[in-house]
Amino acid sequence: MASIWRYILAGLGLAALLAGIVAGVYLMLPQSAPGPDLSRSKKTANGLFVASFEPERGAVRQGELQSWLLTLKTAAGAPVEGAAITISGGMPQHDHGLPTSPQATDYLGNGRYRIDGVKFTMSGWWQLHFGISAAAGSDSVVFNIVL
Amino acid sequence: MKRLASVASFLALAALALLGGCGEPEFSDAEKKTIASLALNTLPSLKPDTTNQYGDVPAAAALGSTLFFDGGMSRDGTVSCSTCHKIDRQFQDDLPQAVGVGHTNRRTMPLAGVARDPWFFWDGRRDSLWAQALTPLENPLEQAGNRAAFAHYIKKRFGERYERIFGPLPDLSTVPANASPLGTDAEKAAWNAMPVGQQDDVNRVYANIGKAIAAFERSIEPGQTRFDRFAIDLATGAKPEEDAAFSPEEILGLKLFIGKANCVTCHNGPRFTDNAFHNTGVPPVDRLPADRGRVDAVAQVEADPFNCFGKFRDGDESACRELRFMVKNGPQITRAYKTPSLRGAADRPPYMHAGQFSTLDEVIAHYSKAPLAVEGVSEVHPLDLSERERSALVAFLKTLSD
Ligand SMILES: [Cu+2]
Repeated sequence: MASIWRYILAGLGLAALLAGIVAGVYLMLPQSAPGPDLSRSKKTANGLFVASFEPERGAVRQGELQSWLLTLKTAAGAPVEGAAITISGGMPQHDHGLPTSPQATDYLGNGRYRIDGVKFTMSGWWQLHFGISAAAGSDSVVFNIVL
Repeated sequence: MKRLASVASFLALAALALLGGCGEPEFSDAEKKTIASLALNTLPSLKPDTTNQYGDVPAAAALGSTLFFDGGMSRDGTVSCSTCHKIDRQFQDDLPQAVGVGHTNRRTMPLAGVARDPWFFWDGRRDSLWAQALTPLENPLEQAGNRAAFAHYIKKRFGERYERIFGPLPDLSTVPANASPLGTDAEKAAWNAMPVGQQDDVNRVYANIGKAIAAFERSIEPGQTRFDRFAIDLATGAKPEEDAAFSPEEILGLKLFIGKANCVTCHNGPRFTDNAFHNTGVPPVDRLPADRGRVDAVAQVEADPFNCFGKFRDGDESACRELRFMVKNGPQITRAYKTPSLRGAADRPPYMHAGQFSTLDEVIAHYSKAPLAVEGVSEVHPLDLSERERSALVAFLKTLSD
């Protein structure tokens, strides 16, 4: 009887050891860092608006001054008119800001704002921060762009 | 037994592949993509400069080339654009700081591909090639002239050629011999005494001088190098022939350039520049006046009457987006300087905006060490490159000159 218990104990010990090794190896594996959220459409920080951000004409081209469109809708889906928009940003991993000062230059109707003067001068992870003030209140949103 | 034999033959094959130097997978797909993006064949054709309607007019370029090499375009009759931008020296002068009529505080920039720049000078204090060309003409340390004198000189020496391109010259009979808003006190006084219409007339002739010189400079383009031949062969899968083949050291240098050493972050695209301004902690030169780079250039380009918003621009304001969306403040533009192209760099020491480093080894040692900036914040971080890695980077940079 005693010998069976000895086997069970030994088995448990071995299992614990194995689990420990597996856990250790798992911890040492390079963490596959979840990349930045690349969605081009998202809720603003406090949920006041839904913002979409995309190049006005097709693809993102490195080193070129391009215009983008920021489309603002309320949570209920109505276009946001007359918004005041501030823009900042940079490369979080390079500790530098944007090489240009993009501005909201035109309101194109249906909640769409032209953001002109956007330029990405190098490859890597860029962030654009938008401050948005409209009748519904003020909110902000960050878009990640990886080149 | 059979299984053992197959394992053994696999190992033997693998060893052969390693020893035999088939060496096929030298670059990853991502590396190949980056290398292809640096090759000269990806350089797009030069776009017209809509702010200079004479930019692609051959007669304007011909007059511009005459003016570029003409010592008469200076106060003392001896200094031309070509004094510092030497045609047989990549249009630079090999000096730490340019010497015209006086001693300047900046390194002469080479001109290959200059028409593709959005900003001019190391600090970007001008926003077009033609506005740039006007600046040394009146700088007391460079050509040291004044715009009234230049207008008279053009009329006297090149009147006919000028009028065939730009139309009739204005009446200059009552324009003082020497006058400029930027000149000596006497020249400023003479300028301020001129009627506004006459000032405009002189400014128009002056702007056209810049447009002619710019038309000439548009023809100065970078040439193909060993690196480009190597890159094309790599992209097409051809075996690099003769000098297009890279040595193991050059390959290591290229890998470092686009990898661990992060050079390609700013030195990107077929001109090896991002056309932007960066503080990289390059130390100032003691005996030179204070130099804060881009942060002080912002007000200068905004105040320049020949900038893109000014009345001497041809075409419409849609060409002025670089100026319109320029970064005007913030810590990143203090002691920030333009990323220079690296094409031909190995053949033109000294380096940096005031010739601070006399060899490429010193440049790479600087970036490897990454000292803090004396003002503002350096964007570079220490790399701790080994001696072998530093030499490999130099070896690679030389392939951009051969
Ligand atoms: Cu960056």
